[in-house]
Amino acid sequence: MREVVAEVEQPVMLYSVGKDSAVMLHLAKKAFYPSVPPFPLMHVDTTWKFREMIEFRDRMASDTGMELIVHINEEGVRQGVGPFTHGSALHTDIMKTQALKQALDKYRFDAAFGGARRDEEKSRAKERIFSFRSEQHRWDPKNQRPEPWSLYNARKQPKESIRVFPLSNWTELDIWQYIYLENIPIVPLYFAAERPVVERDGALIMVDDERMPLRDNEVPRQEMVRFRTLGCYPLTGAIRSSATDLPGIIQEMLLTTQSERQGRVIDHDASASMEKKKQEGYF
Amino acid sequence: MAHKSDLIASDIDAYLKAHETKDMLRFITCGSVDDGKSTLIGRLLYESKMIFEDQLAALESDSKKVGTQGKDLDFALLVDGLAAEREQGITIDVAYRFFSTDQRKFIVADTPGHEQYTRNMATGASTADLAILMVDARHGILTQTRRHSYIVNLLGVKNLVLAINKMDLVDYSQERFDEIVSDYLGFADEIGIARENVLAIPLSALRGDNVIEKSESLDWYHGPTLMAHLETVPIEDDARAKPFRMPVQWVNRPDLDFRGFSGRIASGTIRPGDEIRALPSGKTSTVREIVFPSKFDQTDRMDEAVANQSVTLTLNDEIDISRGDIICGKDDPTEVANQFRATILWMDDEEMLPGRAYLMKAGARTVQATVAAPRYVRDVNSLEKLAASTLSLNDIGSCNLSLDQNIAFDAYGDNRTTGSFILIDRISNRTVAMGFLKFALRRAANIHWQSLEINEQARAEQKGQQPALLWFTGLSGSGKSTIANALEKKLFAMGRHTMLLDGDNVRHGLNRDLGFTEADRVENIRRITEVSQLMLQAGLITLVSFISPFRSERRIAREKVADGHFIEIYVDTPLAVAEERDVKGLYKKARRGELKNFTGIDSPYEAPENPEISINTVEQSADDAADRIIEHLYEFGILPRS
Repeated sequence: MREVVAEVEQPVMLYSVGKDSAVMLHLAKKAFYPSVPPFPLMHVDTTWKFREMIEFRDRMASDTGMELIVHINEEGVRQGVGPFTHGSALHTDIMKTQALKQALDKYRFDAAFGGARRDEEKSRAKERIFSFRSEQHRWDPKNQRPEPWSLYNARKQPKESIRVFPLSNWTELDIWQYIYLENIPIVPLYFAAERPVVERDGALIMVDDERMPLRDNEVPRQEMVRFRTLGCYPLTGAIRSSATDLPGIIQEMLLTTQSERQGRVIDHDASASMEKKKQEGYF
Repeated sequence: MAHKSDLIASDIDAYLKAHETKDMLRFITCGSVDDGKSTLIGRLLYESKMIFEDQLAALESDSKKVGTQGKDLDFALLVDGLAAEREQGITIDVAYRFFSTDQRKFIVADTPGHEQYTRNMATGASTADLAILMVDARHGILTQTRRHSYIVNLLGVKNLVLAINKMDLVDYSQERFDEIVSDYLGFADEIGIARENVLAIPLSALRGDNVIEKSESLDWYHGPTLMAHLETVPIEDDARAKPFRMPVQWVNRPDLDFRGFSGRIASGTIRPGDEIRALPSGKTSTVREIVFPSKFDQTDRMDEAVANQSVTLTLNDEIDISRGDIICGKDDPTEVANQFRATILWMDDEEMLPGRAYLMKAGARTVQATVAAPRYVRDVNSLEKLAASTLSLNDIGSCNLSLDQNIAFDAYGDNRTTGSFILIDRISNRTVAMGFLKFALRRAANIHWQSLEINEQARAEQKGQQPALLWFTGLSGSGKSTIANALEKKLFAMGRHTMLLDGDNVRHGLNRDLGFTEADRVENIRRITEVSQLMLQAGLITLVSFISPFRSERRIAREKVADGHFIEIYVDTPLAVAEERDVKGLYKKARRGELKNFTGIDSPYEAPENPEISINTVEQSADDAADRIIEHLYEFGILPRS
């Protein structure tokens, strides 16, 4: 993070409000203390995030004293794009991928920190910590810079930008363990609680607001559930759980037989789908 | 799931406590596609229960589609990440994998083994504590094993595992195993790898023999299994015992009352009160506080900080320290120098240019470095030293290099952090090489610039550009100078080094004695040609804006310039238009007979027959014309494509 701040002009931290973002933000505070991290936080809001995420986000930004930029793809909003009406793929592309590109262009950020980890997904395993994007925000996996030792080359052409992944070498267990050890605040949705859910296409979807159209036979019922990852509420499946504290969460995570991204609807296409999305500019 | 442990279910707090204190082993696997390297890693992940059910389902379906193991699971598919690689069935990059056991956490760098991927392997090895050298028991020690050993040894990886794989295909023969081991140890002696740092293990990654579980078929082998060794091998951590070094990444100044120096400690130990020396300046002070945030308040201070911790130091004296400096123990500082002997591993498709100025990033410092022609290149297969005039992709050579300023450094053998560097191309910004500092060159041993002249190419390289002569020709008032001026401004803004020779201003000085007769016009152009030659030799992009009416003179200028570096730009404005514009009132004077020999009126203008660029000023503005010329300069390769 210090390398980025020293070598680029306009860094920003992409803050997705999830647990990885929480750890990344905590590390930023440490890296620059007693200074406030010298870059803003940016949240790309699809307008379909859990309400608790938005409350938590605003509180965190105000606690750290960092500037918070919230970007929404207004064009998408005008067209009424949403997961229920347009499907998950189109919604994610317009409200997340395109919105991110818009925001980076608008504010001319030339480096953006992201919380992605190499253990999440196979194509991430080969991505560099400093990962370059063309003017069109495309990733070229065949043309990556070697990163020997911890010497990072942050030089770029005028319109290029960098995605920087400080948590590349962390595992999901490392993240939870660090949150536990350092007592890092996270969104309460990670802890089990009684929440209104319906079971739809094999996933437990929380009815977070009145925009969710219920099917004929669907009646929301209160269940003890929590979330392993957080995103748009209609696209994020909950798991039944009684884990109300961190050791409980970690215990469940260690005993589960499903990978972390399994709860995400967008990964369920062909197995190389993430790589394709990334070439198109998905973070 | 990280791995199976009974504690997880029975006592999660105890498990977390145990996990917290686990250390981490980073290792690299070296071998080629057929050695079963991916299969081995896949199995390590599988056996340490790192594979989730949904991933396992994907693996099962992939194994059926593209697997090479018939109905069995093809573990290699777990680790061959990118789609292109999966289609080709090879690993072409560095991939990192993570797993943990009750004893340790692991990060595996999975790199390809072919010679064309030497750079990938070196990158993977640069952060590794241990290297697994994969050997196919049927083939024994091959050239590639020797190459891999040389590279991991060069990178300073101390622990080597000679994994003799596919033992099932040689009937688990001890004799075969012993033969290979003895072969290898002989070779290890040759290149200076200590025998006690090598452990040979017979195994079968495919069948699981000696990977995690002891193999019954290999009961003659009494050493540890691969996993047992990975879990217990002492990780050489002598960094704390070494002299204190902290490269300063960032000067922390939240307000006027606080000035701290942030960095990750490369080696040694530091306590408040310790005397330090900042290099290269040599200024000394003592440590006031070690800031290490945990509660984010005044209590965030440490009594001691050690290697690998990221901290912020405050000092008792106001001494000038900036990013890139190294803070050292006062009595045990690094060396400071600007000329070095170094080993360089070239990583770029474009070969090294001796004499070109590259950027060198060492620690947090970036300086300009010029590399002399290699003293020799190491043949990584035969390990012979070969003569060479440059370094190409994957070449490892011994070179002298010269920096534009002093830096603090240690020899790579003493300190991996303060002895390593990368070279960056100033135009493409690619990381073109990784390097290992060996020692400073003393004055007596200053760099001999073998076969390197300071010539046009060298001067241009230093400026990071291609010299070129842009020759604007056209009638008086055609817009040559306006376009040339606009172009020069744009080039200047792009960081190019330029010089504009304009008819009017040269005639006021150098050519003050010349008139407008045909003979004087020829002499005028001859002098301009000579002057522009000097400018080109200085490495400049030279813009010449002259009416230059005669083809023969323009041809002479062209012939003096290397092919492709003379760009004739015809500013094609019809006489009527130029006369209509008549910015300087010269046409009126000529028409009135007050100016003799005026081009276009009573002196001929010979339009270029094949100009590189032709500009129609009736249809486009000077600014657009300049943009078009820049486009052409990209096409001609004068300006580099980003």
